[in-house]
Amino acid sequence: MKQIWIITKRELQAYFDSLMAYILLILFLGFSGFFTWIYGSDIFFIKQASLQAFFSIAYWTLFFFIPSLTMRLLSEENKTGTIELLLTKPVTNWQVIMGKFLSALALIVIALLLTLPYYFTVASLGNIDNGQVFSGYLALILFSSMYISIGLYTSSVTNNQIVSYLLTLSIGIFFQIIFGMLSRGVSGLIGHILNYLSVYTHFESMTRGVIDSRDIIYFLSFIFLGLVLSETMLIKKRYT
Amino acid sequence: MDIVVEKLTKRYGSQKAVDNISFRVKTGEVLGFLGPNGAGKTTTMKAITTFLAPDEGKITVGNYSVDEDADEVKKHIGYLPEDNPLYEEMPIIDYLKFVAQIEGIEKGKVEEKVREIIETCGIEAEKYKKIIELSKGYKQRVGLAQALIHNPEVLILDEPTTGLDPNQIIEIRELIKKIGKEKTVILSSHILAEVEATCDRIMIINNGKIVADGTASELRKKAQGKEILKVTIEDGNINTIYTSLQNLEETELVDILDKSGNIFEVQSKVEKSSRRAIFKLCVDNQWMLTQMSFIEAKLEDVFRELTMN
Repeated sequence: MKQIWIITKRELQAYFDSLMAYILLILFLGFSGFFTWIYGSDIFFIKQASLQAFFSIAYWTLFFFIPSLTMRLLSEENKTGTIELLLTKPVTNWQVIMGKFLSALALIVIALLLTLPYYFTVASLGNIDNGQVFSGYLALILFSSMYISIGLYTSSVTNNQIVSYLLTLSIGIFFQIIFGMLSRGVSGLIGHILNYLSVYTHFESMTRGVIDSRDIIYFLSFIFLGLVLSETMLIKKRYT
Repeated sequence: MDIVVEKLTKRYGSQKAVDNISFRVKTGEVLGFLGPNGAGKTTTMKAITTFLAPDEGKITVGNYSVDEDADEVKKHIGYLPEDNPLYEEMPIIDYLKFVAQIEGIEKGKVEEKVREIIETCGIEAEKYKKIIELSKGYKQRVGLAQALIHNPEVLILDEPTTGLDPNQIIEIRELIKKIGKEKTVILSSHILAEVEATCDRIMIINNGKIVADGTASELRKKAQGKEILKVTIEDGNINTIYTSLQNLEETELVDILDKSGNIFEVQSKVEKSSRRAIFKLCVDNQWMLTQMSFIEAKLEDVFRELTMN
């Protein structure tokens, strides 16, 4: 646990030192703020004190920002060779993976915390459903974790950051939209499966305020799968 | 802690980088790996540090097996990889703190350890600089600092003096010698003088195999086999002297090194010495023997002989 925390701390420091963190925070707040409050203006017209508009915008902004956070996590270490130093220190592969995963997640959580003024603003305008807000933020965190985990994996298979970024987007786009679109055209079991695979199904139901164990299990399984695959790539290094 | 390597084999594809090598390094010994590029030095070192899994063979560090107790092995090893990779965007002091923490140094002692190692490695003036801003020599010192910070019992240094200037090289050699007295050290290099200056024992590797193993003087003797003398004989006709030397029973080959100075190189037959015979020859002919010395085989020659295919 201590080792994981030491790695997380270093990675977070690296995000802030390289200005990556500031750029991401500003862009994320700028984009989601602009589309939530100014451009889309849904938030004022639905005649409900709700953060739904923000959640559906964050659904897309995070989709594009997360790969830019995860792309360097392992690919840079592969490229510069620092991975050799790290893995010959008294840490396990799993600790390295978890440390890196948590650093990106921590940054996303910071970004989400900075959107809390949205909540207070809306809450002052009318009766807000706190349960729905909570479940919406939980959805954002689980959704982000899933893409961080996929991004970490694509970062482990290459030593080129751009390749990792694009790979994450190409894998992500299936979950983000393609599975959902396909499921509408297919009936029966396959349609069900496609619908279940689509992130939107689970994300949407959670932002409406429903916390269902099936949704939680969905996110946790993909998070775990990404982490395990990334660890496998580290293990494989020993056997090249 | 002793390092024991038994029948280590490592392949990259169909090519054998390390081919069935075995050796043991004892505590307090500094072993120098010598060999041309691609001989298998780095691969062997990577296998000892747990970074690469051997295809065959067993490695133990102290009582720990590299394969089964990797975590324990890692705790006791300080490793400086080839090319010295570092987190270049970090300031030296932050980087060393990170390494100290990850090496499991107690919280209260981290600062102290970092201060100590910065002093030992002579990077005091640069400690707040980002690593990327440092010259190659200073980077190398940071690489050494991260390997030494937790006072490991085993040190694996892959080409530790590349990029250093002559003064720094001497400093680092002194440091390695000092450390080497109580630790087990393996270092690799293709600079012969360096290995000779720092190591108690030299191992020459070529094509993944150990081709020589011993102290510098042992290796020289091995290559020497035949006695070679440099002789100066005065007060005689150079041609007469040449012929007489040639006719001695013990000599195999005589060469005139310097005509005006009457200097000869005399190579004796295997297992024979021609020193007494030469002296006797001079006395009989009333020549003056003003110089007779051994010509030592250079380590370079040994190296070339063993590694040229």
